[in-house]
Amino acid sequence: MTAPTPASAATREAYPFALTELVEHGVDVVAIDADLSVSTMGYQFGEKHPGRWLSVGVAEQNMVGIAAGLAATGKTVFIASFAAFLPGRCFDQLRTSIAQPRGGLNVKCVGSHGGVTVGEDGMSAQAIEDLALATSLIPFDVIVPADFEEAKQALVAVGHTTRPAYVRTGRPKVQGIYSRGYRFEIGRADLLRAGTDVTIIACGIMAGVALKAAELLAADGVSARVLNMATIKPIDREAVVRAAIETGAVVTAEEHQTTGGLGTAVARVLAETVPAPIAFVGVDRYGTSGKWDELLDYFELNPARLAAAAREVIGRKR
Amino acid sequence: MLSAPTVSVSVDELREIAKRIRAHIVNMVARAQSGHPGGSLSAVELGVALFWNHLRCDPANPLSPDRDRFLLSKGHATPFYYAVLAERGFFDPGLLGGFRTLGSPLQGHPSMGAAPGIEMSGGSLGQGLSFAIGQAIAGRMDQRDYRCWVLIGDGELNEGQVWEAAMAVPHFNLGERIVALIDRNGIQNDGFADDIMKTHPAEMFRGFGWHVIECDGHDMAAVDQAMSEAEKPRERPRCIVAHTVKGKGVSFMENNPGFHGKAPSGEQLADALRQIEAGL
Ligand SMILES: Cc1ncc(C[n+]2csc(CCOP(=O)(O)OP(=O)(O)O)c2C)c(N)n1
Repeated sequence: MTAPTPASAATREAYPFALTELVEHGVDVVAIDADLSVSTMGYQFGEKHPGRWLSVGVAEQNMVGIAAGLAATGKTVFIASFAAFLPGRCFDQLRTSIAQPRGGLNVKCVGSHGGVTVGEDGMSAQAIEDLALATSLIPFDVIVPADFEEAKQALVAVGHTTRPAYVRTGRPKVQGIYSRGYRFEIGRADLLRAGTDVTIIACGIMAGVALKAAELLAADGVSARVLNMATIKPIDREAVVRAAIETGAVVTAEEHQTTGGLGTAVARVLAETVPAPIAFVGVDRYGTSGKWDELLDYFELNPARLAAAAREVIGRKR
Repeated sequence: MLSAPTVSVSVDELREIAKRIRAHIVNMVARAQSGHPGGSLSAVELGVALFWNHLRCDPANPLSPDRDRFLLSKGHATPFYYAVLAERGFFDPGLLGGFRTLGSPLQGHPSMGAAPGIEMSGGSLGQGLSFAIGQAIAGRMDQRDYRCWVLIGDGELNEGQVWEAAMAVPHFNLGERIVALIDRNGIQNDGFADDIMKTHPAEMFRGFGWHVIECDGHDMAAVDQAMSEAEKPRERPRCIVAHTVKGKGVSFMENNPGFHGKAPSGEQLADALRQIEAGL
């Protein structure tokens, strides 16, 4: 297992490194895959720690049940598949076997190939519902890391809690944002760029897109703050409130439908605290095949759309 | 190796215990005016023979890491399950009176850890065998020799997840650690299994690589014997297909799909208790 260059790596590539680090920290990890380990990268952990890795075949429901049984004996269990199938194919099992027992068993779900950037496989593989499903599971933490470094740290962080969690990773190699010095914390937003006219709150691959949008806006004299909100649940309420007070308008950006994910969570905080105009950028239709970067444009998950949304929402300020 | 079962009682005594369990079942469901008597009454001999003569457990130490696990996959059979746990000493039988009422640990379907002995949450069918695999693999990793006994309904066998798990048990060589118990009462929620969805439990499990033991699920000696047989070492995992009668012990509930999930009236309760006492 050779470390990828964090400057340009897929978030999914962080998975085996995080698991290995947890084992080195003394965490009693067991990881399970369902015939997609070459994609989730779980196989690399299996090669390193064969006694701690299981392959259960194409059987996501069984995988969740096995994870529950392992967690009930005190193991820290990671399960992985495509985000389209985990949580999609086994939601009821996640609810009754993981979320409900004893306030939530110690199982971490890693949905790889999240969002539309899975690419050529087309709409059936493009998960745009996983965050809505995962955030509805009461004890779950839900995290969408922006790059390799953040993914590694987030996976290690959830491995050190005893709560269930859902962490979404992505397929394409993306430009790194963070260096080793970064310190991820569950539930804390990271300020990527200061700004005063509007705040773009993004997660996952959209964090990098938001930075580019902020540059476009700056060229027009608009000062956009960019927040990386990797943790969707529990959301960093304070950062959202500050954005509303200090910039007066918010755009959310996610590679997910605009219902049930980041946008919904941010809107709720605003509604409960400092109402401010908000615009939602996401994917509200089923898609098509294509290369991942073509798909970002096809779905308008691009800097131009974010900049337009920012201008529009600024226009709605009182 | 694990120690011998903590109690071992005669078949006659087991039959007396079974009567008490049946009385609890109808009382609990009647008091709550809701619950599942049919599939509870069909499983009584399985539960009694298991908990008194085979399951290596200590009710005073219900979380001992070495305990054998009983996993109720057919989670609606809580009247039977809670009554067995109470009679076996896991908790005060007085708790049974709160079954299905506000704030009681004894919910309509089991909530893991809510009362001593409740090993797994249930209610959504098809999940118990998978859970057992996780427990069994953890046992192997931790070098503990406990066994998991999983009670599954024959209607429940319609769920695909059961077969994902049935495939995985031999694959992971868990034969010494998992026993499946099938309550073959021939009735599910909507009616007779042969009409709703025909299954062939013995052939299906054999096809998935299991060693199948069939028995009359109400002949206490036969059930006890089948469980001893299931404990013998052999390569294949063991599945006991117990041929049972839904509603067993109460004439008007026997083989009657209407009593899958319905409570008896006050009059019916008195009649049921008389029949159970007479051991019909
Ligand atoms: C996933 C799921 N679907 C549906 C139900 C509703 N349900 C409860 S019991 C039952 C029938 C079960 O039949 P069987 O397994 O034969 O149980 P038994 O006759 O032993 O009581 C159904 C469909 C459920 N509990 N879980």
